[in-house]
Amino acid sequence: MTEERAKGQGPKDKLPRFLDAGEAALVVEFGTAINPAISEQVLALDAFLSNDPHPGILELVPTYRSLMVHYDPLAIGRDPLIARIREALLKRKEPANRVSLWIVPCCYEAEFAEDLGEVSRVTGIPGDRIVALQVEALYRIYMYGFAPGFTYLGGLPNEIAISRRLTPRPPHEAGAVLIGGGQCAISTFSMPTGWHVIGRTPERLYAPAREQPFLLEPGEHVRFEPVDAATFFALDQRAATGEIVARRTAR
Amino acid sequence: MSNSARKPSLAILAAGLGVSLQDRGRNGYLRYGVTGAGPMDPLAYATANKAVSNDPHATAIEVSLGGLKLSVDQAPLDLAVVGGRFAVYVDDRKLPPSSVVTLSPGEVLKISAGESGAWCYVAAAGGIDVPLVLGSTATHIRSRMGGLNGRPLAAGDRLPIARPRSVERVSGAIVTAWLERPADVIRVVLGPQADHFEQSQIDAFLAGPWMISARGDRMACFLEGPKIAHAKGYNIVSDGIAMGAIQIPGQGQPIVLMADRQSTGGYPKIATVIGVDLGRLAQARPGTSLRFSAVTIDQAVTALRAQNAALERPLEIEPLVRTSFPSEFLLGLNLIDGVVAGSEH
Repeated sequence: MTEERAKGQGPKDKLPRFLDAGEAALVVEFGTAINPAISEQVLALDAFLSNDPHPGILELVPTYRSLMVHYDPLAIGRDPLIARIREALLKRKEPANRVSLWIVPCCYEAEFAEDLGEVSRVTGIPGDRIVALQVEALYRIYMYGFAPGFTYLGGLPNEIAISRRLTPRPPHEAGAVLIGGGQCAISTFSMPTGWHVIGRTPERLYAPAREQPFLLEPGEHVRFEPVDAATFFALDQRAATGEIVARRTAR
Repeated sequence: MSNSARKPSLAILAAGLGVSLQDRGRNGYLRYGVTGAGPMDPLAYATANKAVSNDPHATAIEVSLGGLKLSVDQAPLDLAVVGGRFAVYVDDRKLPPSSVVTLSPGEVLKISAGESGAWCYVAAAGGIDVPLVLGSTATHIRSRMGGLNGRPLAAGDRLPIARPRSVERVSGAIVTAWLERPADVIRVVLGPQADHFEQSQIDAFLAGPWMISARGDRMACFLEGPKIAHAKGYNIVSDGIAMGAIQIPGQGQPIVLMADRQSTGGYPKIATVIGVDLGRLAQARPGTSLRFSAVTIDQAVTALRAQNAALERPLEIEPLVRTSFPSEFLLGLNLIDGVVAGSEH
């Protein structure tokens, strides 16, 4: 076995670590924490490998702290793959400066914010103050996961960074804006959740028929813009036709 | 006579829980949280398509233990049934578990659980025609994507054939000795988080024995056996999940993530089932006992190469009358006559 072998590596070993996930996937791990610096390293490698495609590299999945490289081991062996990644790490420039900021409309009125009362009870912070904190924050898109278009956002203010529910709540609507586990997320499907529903966006982060099925890219930023129910329904109708109702600006 | 007037289509008469349309799977969108889906037993699926000379990625029906009944409309159609040892009938004629058969209007193909295996595939010559979603027809029920409106098949569904071909009447048993894969030993590559477990726990994990729980579905296979202890807690910051990844959650019982797995997750993954053993595991029914064996990446790749080579070879199809059958079948002279007539045309 090579030096990158998963077992027996201590925290002082040189990063990144190369961890095998079977013979057809390799985890390139830059750290074990959630922070922008680690995420930038992940996304820089992701961008480099995306821009310099190899037929043996099938899919790249960036997460908070690692890049999963799905590969065809008959087209590129593990060792040549690692050599290619090492080369990319040497050649890659400073992380791309992603200036994109998305202004995402969100309605916080009672019928859209079913769990705001509970968050208020747990934190002791009045509902309108929770909304204000949530709206003031600048969120970083770390990764997708869980379901198509389900977006994990870092940057939730500490005051409202509450943990998940002990047991999941009944299904929420698609577009629910959730907090839990110290993070914020935008959901794309109606489903039960262990998070708390504090608002809803009319934007479709996942629209399979749209030219761009997924709106946001990891590394971009999000701010929520409060809208009233009437505006929500108007935007929702436009979004249903495939229009993008969130706005993209330079940060 | 116009051709279009006689284009065959499949009519679903009954479908058990979890019977769905699958192609080879959805690629390129894992990074957006989109599951690959695709067949639980890729080898059986590929064999079914090969048996009716389809594209290797043609859309086929994945049949669960719940079984399936279908007929063909308008014109005869060649079908292949492959995977496990399901009970396969056309009307009252019993067919071998892996068969090609020409189904004519008025006949009913009936598939039920039979003696072993958990998934079988019905491929129709010319492929089943349903729209692509994100480049694939694979059904992912949890995200309501692919197949027929993102849902499992149900009685009353009608499936058009993409490129209907003239019937070849090749009815017979597909000789697929290489599909007979006992699940008593499943090969794994250790990692990506094997370092979250002491060596004694890795040894216990490999030795098992594990029993496959009845809770499983297309998303995951749940195993019951010795409790595996974590060395550094059971939460990790979410990272990617490969098909076959074996998570050890807090209660210490492994979960093998299968075709409908989520793209990322936050439990340590002690090992990953090698590609060629995924179908072997998927075909094991609840109650099956197994253990794991750790192999190297090189061994896993060698096994993959051997499997691909087996799939490259021409399929051997034995005419039905030359295969050994249950005596009640052989005694039914009319049935044998019918089969001979079919295979001689």
